[in-house]
Amino acid sequence: MIAIIDYGAGNIFSVKNALDFLGVKSALTSDPGEILSADKVILPGVGAFQWAMDKLEQSGLVDTVKKAASEKPFMGICLGMQLLFDKSFEFGEREGLGLIKGYVDRIPDTGLVIPHMGWNKLEYNRQCPLFEGLGEDEYVYFVHSYQAYCGDEALNAYVEYGSKIPAVVSDGKFVYGCQFHPEKSGQTGLDILKNFVSLREG
Amino acid sequence: MLAKRIIPCLDVRDGKVVKGVNFEGIREVGDPVECAYEYNLQGADEIVFYDITASHEGRGVILDVVRETAKKVFVPLTVGGGIKTVDDIRNTLRAGADKVSVNSQAVQNPQLIKDGADIFGSQCICVGVDAKAISPNKWTVYINGGRIDMGIDLIDWVKQCEALGAGEICLNSIDTDGVRGGFDLPMLKAVVDAVSIPVIASGGAGKLGDFAEAFLKTDCSAALAASLFHFKELTVGQVKDDCRSKGIIVR
Repeated sequence: MIAIIDYGAGNIFSVKNALDFLGVKSALTSDPGEILSADKVILPGVGAFQWAMDKLEQSGLVDTVKKAASEKPFMGICLGMQLLFDKSFEFGEREGLGLIKGYVDRIPDTGLVIPHMGWNKLEYNRQCPLFEGLGEDEYVYFVHSYQAYCGDEALNAYVEYGSKIPAVVSDGKFVYGCQFHPEKSGQTGLDILKNFVSLREG
Repeated sequence: MLAKRIIPCLDVRDGKVVKGVNFEGIREVGDPVECAYEYNLQGADEIVFYDITASHEGRGVILDVVRETAKKVFVPLTVGGGIKTVDDIRNTLRAGADKVSVNSQAVQNPQLIKDGADIFGSQCICVGVDAKAISPNKWTVYINGGRIDMGIDLIDWVKQCEALGAGEICLNSIDTDGVRGGFDLPMLKAVVDAVSIPVIASGGAGKLGDFAEAFLKTDCSAALAASLFHFKELTVGQVKDDCRSKGIIVR
């Protein structure tokens, strides 16, 4: 069973729809017991960093999330991926979950439209089990104005948009993050989700 | 870089895909969920449902269509037609849409764009604009499906939309719509040059090369068509192959 953390941060139904479509059992939940007993955990999210951290704290889920991420495959999607980092500078500095080294700040202004919205091509940087079966020409769907800034060791794939924007990150153990929306990225996104749910546990 | 998007549009009335044929009236051409799924298989980058349901009672039906589509189609979904209030936007997004397209109502009440963008984010607010030439390089904005000329300058309007927080403009040329002679490139270019948000070309696609032409001759981000795809004259895949062969980046 996959726990999709429901902390009021939107767009969770499309993640559930995608898992249903893949025939994978999942539950939208904010119950710590259910999250800790799940095989894998997904942290979705749309909106602002501070607001989402407030929601996680108000739901009393911060420790649960950290514990789950230390013992089983864990994926953050979009804002959920940004929350994995040490801190963000969106509307002022705010501490994140600290599961992956790095921070979150605005996409650099290179004259391109922000938000970075649309289909962009994955450029692979480091091998990652989420890429199993993917080809060279894989496009995924992005909608965001802030991005992660992290070291090369955490960067599995990026996209080019005036500068390099981290697309897939990981801590090398259980924690993965996708800046794009795999649940809105057609077959490529479904393949990535399928690879995640197929990861061996613990 | 971002791929150029090819977007099939489904006109939906009372939960059925419909299409006007030669002014003889509206014909049902299928189930919107099935059509959306088919387009998804063809490689559509996004799917637009344009709700032309006239009655208030029929309004809920489009939300069921979105809800069902979102269970099997995993690309962004946009709903346009009849969106009048922030509550309409909220209900549409909750049903599983990623964006809404507001048109006549935004012209009559521009605050809707700002409220929608403030509450849900610019990325979910697309403004649909119908316009027609009054002289070379001058166009005015129409509402109610192209029936009423509002006398508003197109360029002023799209700039205002951007300033109010619109995330995208879907530009439909009344002059080229249905003529099938290609997109209205002068109008498209003028709008793309006036705003920095993405512009979707709409109205006029009649043959394979029309899409690539719009991408090669203007900086539009996407191109939308309805009948061409409905009547299976072209598939999204064929359009993308043509674009790719001309050096345009598509997914």
